Amino acid sequence: MWQEKRADLAASFALRRRGLAKGWYKFSRNPLSVVGLVVLVVIVLATGLASYITPYPAHAGPYTNFKAAGQPPSWEHLFGTDRIGRDVFTRVIFGYRFSLLLGIVVLGLGVAPGVILGLIAGYHRGTWVETTIMRVTDVFLAVPPLVLALAITAMLTPSLLNEMFAIALLWWPWYCRLVFAVSSSMRNQFFIREAEFSGASEAHILFREMLPNCLAPILTKMTLDMGIVILLGASLSFVGLGAQPPTPCLGTMVADGAKRLPGEWWSTIFPALAIVLVILAFNLVGDGLRDVFAVEEV
Amino acid sequence: MPESILSVENLTKCFPTKQGLVRAIDGISFVMAPGDTLGLVGESGSGKTTTAQCIVGMYPPTSGDILFKGETIGAAFNRRPKHVKGDLRIVFQDPGSSLNPKRTIKQILSVPLAVHRVGTSRDRLARMKALLEMVELPADEYLYKYPQAIGGGEKQMVALARALATNPSLVLLDEPTSALDVSVQAKIINLLIRLRRELNLTYLFITHDLSLMRNVASRVAIMYLGKLCEIAPTVEFFEHPVHPYTKMLLSSIPVVSDEEEALKPHKAISKGEIPSPVNIPPGCSFHSRCSERGDSCAELDPEMREIAPGHVVRCNHWCGPEGE
Repeated sequence: MWQEKRADLAASFALRRRGLAKGWYKFSRNPLSVVGLVVLVVIVLATGLASYITPYPAHAGPYTNFKAAGQPPSWEHLFGTDRIGRDVFTRVIFGYRFSLLLGIVVLGLGVAPGVILGLIAGYHRGTWVETTIMRVTDVFLAVPPLVLALAITAMLTPSLLNEMFAIALLWWPWYCRLVFAVSSSMRNQFFIREAEFSGASEAHILFREMLPNCLAPILTKMTLDMGIVILLGASLSFVGLGAQPPTPCLGTMVADGAKRLPGEWWSTIFPALAIVLVILAFNLVGDGLRDVFAVEEV
Repeated sequence: MPESILSVENLTKCFPTKQGLVRAIDGISFVMAPGDTLGLVGESGSGKTTTAQCIVGMYPPTSGDILFKGETIGAAFNRRPKHVKGDLRIVFQDPGSSLNPKRTIKQILSVPLAVHRVGTSRDRLARMKALLEMVELPADEYLYKYPQAIGGGEKQMVALARALATNPSLVLLDEPTSALDVSVQAKIINLLIRLRRELNLTYLFITHDLSLMRNVASRVAIMYLGKLCEIAPTVEFFEHPVHPYTKMLLSSIPVVSDEEEALKPHKAISKGEIPSPVNIPPGCSFHSRCSERGDSCAELDPEMREIAPGHVVRCNHWCGPEGE
């Protein structure tokens, strides 16, 4: 009995491994995507180990040293120091931590409801359920995202948490619409019909039959969106509606340093470049994922 | 124990469209006994697939009744008791779209087993392997494949295995072979015949391939514009067709040689196309194409009449065994 079970597990595992190997082969055919992935892995590792690899971890918190303020890049301070003497390199690495956290939390909060509503609307295509969900979605999509985010964060007290909340509120409609497009075109396929006729529950049909077929566009969009969310978060921080000082946040750092341009260029340029780098990496990986899934569809 | 396994009574299904009301099924009635294989044959647009879809519960019928083992199941699938869903299964025409491309065959087969709680979760694996072996696929290998990795015929076999997973007594076959290569068709047909014998299945076999029915069906029903024209036991159907439309269909079966052509019992030249179901001709709906039409056919819609045991015809011009 359990010998069979073991054979079953081994076969399922082999199948999964073959799928992953095939996906990696397609992904790795584009060297730029691999570069993007390497950059991302380095950034993620660096943020995870920030307390150990940065030269001055204390500079991420409330710390001032006016004697060392405004120093240009040197071996001691790779990216120089800011106007109150904190090491910019240390703060960029810690800033990444909040940027990634922002991206993950926003997509986590925004994607799940968007996907679920999109699946429900797609499954109930042509009924009042679909009309209600999709028209509400349209209303959210009609508002310019940055303006709405500004309004929400300004209404609440500016903080990282409220910033996440505001952006998540903007993000779900895109996923709702994306998933609706895919799932509603799948609605009348016979495998959905068959599941209905065999008596499978609606939850089974939505999450086991329809969702796997929507996963490719969702994952691709999520990767590409990470960059956009981080940028939007940085924009909100730039105007002071994000994480409050002394929290190291890339947008706030750019804003702080911008007042001292062009003299102390390093305290602006390096955080700005850091934002560009992470967005670029996510976009490259997203393109790679698109290749992985696109070939599969043919 | 009810004598009929499926009994369709005066079933009507209309679809409102912009052009008007489409009468896809217009009051059809037939009865299937256990072990029966009823071949439902008709041209495209005659309503045969809609009939299957109504029986399986895709749409609620406009009027009429469907009795399954003596129990009314007329409503749509979501109102049906669960045991009916397991006992009455369907195999679709296109195996490409009836299997979820993102699920392995093991996952696909596990759905009906889990929904209908067939066996314990432990012996489901063995049950899935047995199902695949039943449809002549190597189980250990195919269980862990995705549908796109196997051929069209094999997909249809998997679809059949899935339909049989819940031990149904009635299986609707909606043109199960018409999307397949000819070489694979024969294999599927032989498989269907063997499974019918081994599992005591009853088939409602929907097809437009009349010649196929000679070997498979125990009875044949001809459908035209949402109405049944003729139902007869297979032998009688091919040897003594009565309805002019049946004769026309039988004489238009393509054959290879002149000898075969000479074997056809009747010669009737087919003319015209099936009229639009939005605008059904008055009287007998077939009168515009009929080679034996009389004066009354344009006004008088004929009734179903039983002219011999099990042989039912809907034609104004049948008047006794010597009538022709």
